[in-house]
Amino acid sequence: MPQIAFPPVDPAILARRDAILAGLAAILPADGLIADVAGRRAFETDALTAYRRLPLAVALPRSSEEVARLMRFCRDSGVNVVARGAGTSLSGAAIPQEDAIVLGLSKMNRILEVNLADRYARVEAGVTNLAISEAVEPDGFFYAPDPSSQLACTIGGNIALNSGGAHCLKYGVTTNNILGVRLVTLEGEIVDVGGPELDAGGLDLLGLICGSEGQLGIVAEATVRLIRSAEGARPVLFGFDSAEDASQCVAAIIGAGIVPVAMEYMDRLAIEICENFAHAGYPLDVEAMLIVEVEGGEEEMAAELAKIAAIAKAHKVRTMRESMSAMESAQIWKGRKSAFGATGRVADYICMDGTVPTGRLPEALRRTGEICASYGLRVANVFHAGDGNMHPLILYDVNDPLQQQKAEDAGMDVLKLCVELGGCLTGEHGVGIEKRDLMRRQYSEADLAQQMRVRAAFDPQCRLNPAKVFPLDGRAA
Amino acid sequence: MSVLAASTLAPADEAEAGEIVREARARGERLDIVGGGTRAGLGRPAQGTRRLSSSRLAGVVFHEPAEMTLRAKAGTPLSVVEAALAAHGQMLPFEPIDHRALYGAAGEPTVGGLVAANASGPRRISVGAARDSVIGLRLVNGRGEAIKSGGRVMKNVTGLDLVKLNCGAHGTLGLVTEATFKLLPKPQAQATIVLRRLDDEAGVAALTRALGSPYAVSGAAMIGPGMGREFSRTLLRLEGFSESVDYRVERLVALLADLGAEHALRGEDSQRLWRAVRDAEFLAEPRDKAIWRVSLAPSKGPQFVARLGALALSHFYDWGGGLVWLACEPSEAAAAAVRAALAPLGGHATLIRAPDDLRARVDVFEPLSPALARLTRGVKASFDPDGMFNFGRMVAAM
Repeated sequence: MPQIAFPPVDPAILARRDAILAGLAAILPADGLIADVAGRRAFETDALTAYRRLPLAVALPRSSEEVARLMRFCRDSGVNVVARGAGTSLSGAAIPQEDAIVLGLSKMNRILEVNLADRYARVEAGVTNLAISEAVEPDGFFYAPDPSSQLACTIGGNIALNSGGAHCLKYGVTTNNILGVRLVTLEGEIVDVGGPELDAGGLDLLGLICGSEGQLGIVAEATVRLIRSAEGARPVLFGFDSAEDASQCVAAIIGAGIVPVAMEYMDRLAIEICENFAHAGYPLDVEAMLIVEVEGGEEEMAAELAKIAAIAKAHKVRTMRESMSAMESAQIWKGRKSAFGATGRVADYICMDGTVPTGRLPEALRRTGEICASYGLRVANVFHAGDGNMHPLILYDVNDPLQQQKAEDAGMDVLKLCVELGGCLTGEHGVGIEKRDLMRRQYSEADLAQQMRVRAAFDPQCRLNPAKVFPLDGRAA
Repeated sequence: MSVLAASTLAPADEAEAGEIVREARARGERLDIVGGGTRAGLGRPAQGTRRLSSSRLAGVVFHEPAEMTLRAKAGTPLSVVEAALAAHGQMLPFEPIDHRALYGAAGEPTVGGLVAANASGPRRISVGAARDSVIGLRLVNGRGEAIKSGGRVMKNVTGLDLVKLNCGAHGTLGLVTEATFKLLPKPQAQATIVLRRLDDEAGVAALTRALGSPYAVSGAAMIGPGMGREFSRTLLRLEGFSESVDYRVERLVALLADLGAEHALRGEDSQRLWRAVRDAEFLAEPRDKAIWRVSLAPSKGPQFVARLGALALSHFYDWGGGLVWLACEPSEAAAAAVRAALAPLGGHATLIRAPDDLRARVDVFEPLSPALARLTRGVKASFDPDGMFNFGRMVAAM
């Protein structure tokens, strides 16, 4: 049986369903409101597919103004609101409930303005992450955060979860790359926070909104930073006989003053799964592999790679392969970015994303292996080594309820381990419903109460994405 | 004896800070938070009855060079942090502005002060502001509770990000007691390409061209005639490994050849120039002038200055044109003119330096829209229900 609880559904809201649907229909055009069961079914879960709850209705607004009218209506009629981008959350951040409407942003997918001189783009929140980079790629620019789901995930969802990606080591995560948002509050106000300028005035509400998991308002539009692409980029594969050797190599690269644009780690099982899927030319006879990517002109890349290669040699590297072509580079990244999808072909899995101080990585890997073994489960590790953001993929069989329970228990044990080692529960996937009840591992009651009071400044009645982030008990605080 | 016996209260630890705050709250006192006192002139004038000092909350808690992280208590002098980092060839990425030149202040900038002011510098364009490098902090809120947010890891999305919220909050939400930073290796080399005698429009256009190039510019400023030379200078900084800097200097000089790009300053010559840009040294004198810091879309910088006409006594640009430092007369009329000139262009202006009475009469920070003011008031009250900390520092009567 799945373990994660949902709060009891509010019968008062359910009892008013017809009136609520009528109210929504008055705001939205016919194709913007989904009320039938089959239609709502498509919105009952996200990428945490073990959990699903049917929403009361699905609203698909086309503009900030429609979002504002919806929010005012939901506040006045006491309906819960769960925002949804593309529904790719791995932590269940977009899973609704029977007493909530899903406010989906899929119809708000226009790029409103691209300004290359001032290096920003203004987009509606339902634009996909990749669409932004594709729009400016012909001019040599890109939008930096690159979560593995970037083909599908939206900028609104990225802001809600403060998404990361493989190239964050150099360029930062979402919060470092957002200049402004148009936030629609529960009161139905349209509030611009920040803009094309590099820093916003007043308190840093922008920093607060990034990663707030849809609990402070609906981000309807965003102004994002555009960055000029480097002249070239080249990934290199390094194979090692042990996790320790690979981890020490990472520490030595950083210690030498080198910050590559990406440093990704894969263990033997992850290499095998991804290689079978992507045929990227990964070495199959090593225990650990690093993908290290450098950027710049030819001479710059050659000089930096020479430094990195010398360090790897001093750390018992066994195989080394430099990408020789754009196609080869694409294959290497395809393998890494399809790690989740490729694993899904082999088995069901849950993926944790706790972060540990990089110096504790070897211990974290060893103990993650021990935890999973103690539950009789296999684990594949693929993660961002430069920043200590782990991604153990714990494999199980979804048709075996006992195994699902074990996988979830193992996952929770791994997260507790991350906190114990000085890290955190989630580096880039968010808390959602998944890690909500572990929050007390990382925060004191006073810490959580402070966060909940900040949230209440935006949403005193907990209407927005109500079942997420904070432990269900102790909410009165 | 009451812990409130002195007019400056300096708790030895977080627990004592909490005790002081709870007692002050019970008495309905207002506290002004002080660090090294080098930025006391920033914000609306202090209105508290007593001062709460971080001076005894000092010391580097840890520095992990291989993890590129450092944690220090709020009262730690920045110079202590920088010395610890220099020993391992590392630095705070965001190049914090030292306000002593502008304010003519003595004392030592502290870790808490740079968090409170979100003190950042020219490298803002490439690695972000202080708020982008602070990965964790602890603070005592207005209820006297010790609160933490973030931690010591590079990536952390666990719960609401109260770290960024406190960076640049000017101590209005609580007494920051400790901060954790992510670091960067100190670049092995730096070079500055100088373009001479461009006017504002052409200078900012040159910065825009360079920032739109793939050569990873880490400083893009333009200083006017009389700022060290008799002619204007448009400055582009490149940092990194020597061979990489050499390569990019060559490419960027070629890209800007039509504007007269020839040579590059290196080493201390280059560093001195960027310290002056960082600290807005060019505007420090004369001391009786008001100083504004204006953040806007980079290409609009020259337009904003042009709209001010003769009211702009002196100015220069950083952040590729997106940050305008400006000297004006210290008057309400000039303040109104700055806000009026900016309004149609978007962005925000902060009155960085002016006499106390002027800073009490006009908005020091950009006025908030009604909706933003409501949210700001709610956030402030969630930390500090009685408005005890730095009352009126950012917004009058808040």
